[in-house]
Amino acid sequence: MKHHGVNHPNLLRNYVLIFLIGLFLVLPFFLNPYFLHIMIMTFLFAYLSRSWDLIGGYAGQFFLGPVAMFGIGGYTSTLLYVHFNLYPWIGMVIGGILGMAIGISLCYLSFRFGLTGIYFGLATLTFPEILRIVVLSLEIFGGVNGVLIPLRKSSLLHFQFDGKIPYYYISFFMMLLSIYIMYRIEKSKSGYYYIAIREDEEAAESLGIDTFKYKLIATGIGCFLLSIGGTFHAQYLMFVSPDSSFGIAVTLEIIIRSIVGGVGTLLGPVIGSFILTPLSDISRGILGGYRGVHLMLFGVIIILIILFLPQGVGKWFEKLYDNLRTLFEEKISFLVKKDEFIKYK
Amino acid sequence: MSLLNISNLRKKFGGLTAVDNVDLTITEGGIVGLIGPNGAGKTTIFNLISGYLHPDAGEIFFRDENIVGLKSNQICKKGIGRTFQIVKPFSGLTVLKNVMIGAFNRTDQLDLSEERSLQVLEFLGLLEKKDYPIGSLTIAERKRLELARSLATQPHLLLLDEVAAGLNPKETEDLIAILRRINKEGITLFMIEHVMKTIASLANKIVVINYGVKISEGRPSEVLKDPNVVKAYLGEAYQIAEDK
Repeated sequence: MKHHGVNHPNLLRNYVLIFLIGLFLVLPFFLNPYFLHIMIMTFLFAYLSRSWDLIGGYAGQFFLGPVAMFGIGGYTSTLLYVHFNLYPWIGMVIGGILGMAIGISLCYLSFRFGLTGIYFGLATLTFPEILRIVVLSLEIFGGVNGVLIPLRKSSLLHFQFDGKIPYYYISFFMMLLSIYIMYRIEKSKSGYYYIAIREDEEAAESLGIDTFKYKLIATGIGCFLLSIGGTFHAQYLMFVSPDSSFGIAVTLEIIIRSIVGGVGTLLGPVIGSFILTPLSDISRGILGGYRGVHLMLFGVIIILIILFLPQGVGKWFEKLYDNLRTLFEEKISFLVKKDEFIKYK
Repeated sequence: MSLLNISNLRKKFGGLTAVDNVDLTITEGGIVGLIGPNGAGKTTIFNLISGYLHPDAGEIFFRDENIVGLKSNQICKKGIGRTFQIVKPFSGLTVLKNVMIGAFNRTDQLDLSEERSLQVLEFLGLLEKKDYPIGSLTIAERKRLELARSLATQPHLLLLDEVAAGLNPKETEDLIAILRRINKEGITLFMIEHVMKTIASLANKIVVINYGVKISEGRPSEVLKDPNVVKAYLGEAYQIAEDK
């Protein structure tokens, strides 16, 4: 077991945490709208990927349809706002519950009839496609043009703002919330149970784990959070459309961040988003003149990461952090009183 | 008092009757061995008791309650633990965390689960390996981890599927000692075993099945002399040799 000489195992972690949160709180005042946009998308995709990773990473279910919940969240709040003047915040909760209910039903049926692994993956991959086509062909959902959210008033209540800074803070707190929820789950019985289910479902059952129930709970929480992300995205773009809400590309965008950062780790999906989101936006900006080149670059980076860091970039960061911690503790040991230090040794 | 009472148990796989009208009683506190040639239906019986398979006919009473139709996690909650012939550790987790997952069967609290798991690991002599990854364990240690994990669920009855298979004589000896201690703690053992020496020295009752049918039952010394058993288990040639 690793031994640390000083009794402040969480001191560095707290410093880093406070520093990062402080940095992100003051950062928007130094950013132009373009970089603000990149940061908002980074937070949003960190949030979505973190939420998906509860189902796909921790509980290890091959859930390839997160965009279904993302779209349901966006469309629900938008349609309720447009037709019934219901505040998007309320629509967000309703969308969340709806997304959760649909996600649980989908997984209930799949698990009930024994769809696992790749077959579960196919069922969940095609489900959002069905929704996309339904939305596309029905006028009440706005059809192919989608639905524009009418500009009413720049206020928190209406979830509409003039500048990007409020969106920045909302998305930032959503990301923190998703990390916190996962942190609490990880430190509880359910967290252990999800990992057990991922590793070996039969063994998990033999140890008294109701795998069916726990898989549904993971799906429920994940889908609720994904749906809420959909509402934020709709309010930010002031627009929902079949492709931006139910497009298969969004599924890939969400999952790839987890894979790059580290599937089934607390910060993996967040780190993945911090690498990939700016990369894809900036490379598109720079290489915009050559169509598709930024996607090639994207592909190359993903291949390199999978080749050289198959457990995700997060693992590499973890090692870096461990080294930093050792260094930090060596430094701090000079500050601790000599006799006390000897005692801890 | 009988802990487990099986009557008329039957399971068919297509045209093959894997378990055919088996009756079986296990009294509390004993060590019962289940032996038989390969493919005799031993593991199928375990799978029926632990809820992985559902019988076509018959009843399984555990502490006077019919457990047929319950799911395996419910059966574990009732107090029947099991190990697998091919060990199934959660390889992404450390030894301690593996055992903690078992201990969560009786508690929701992290610290209680850890405390209980550490006790189990100490009991099985795995304490110094508690922070090791699974990949670094030997076969014997993995088998003991499997045992530790199901022991942590606090069962009344433990189904052991060939826990001694693949161990060398020294490791087998250690394991026998461990199993005796587990039994002394009040846990009834029901074990499938191929190593005759192990089973003969441990069990106070042996059940023999062949082609899904129970052919003999009784004290080890009697059962191993039963002509039916010798014929089925060791082959007719062995019996002829004995007769001469």
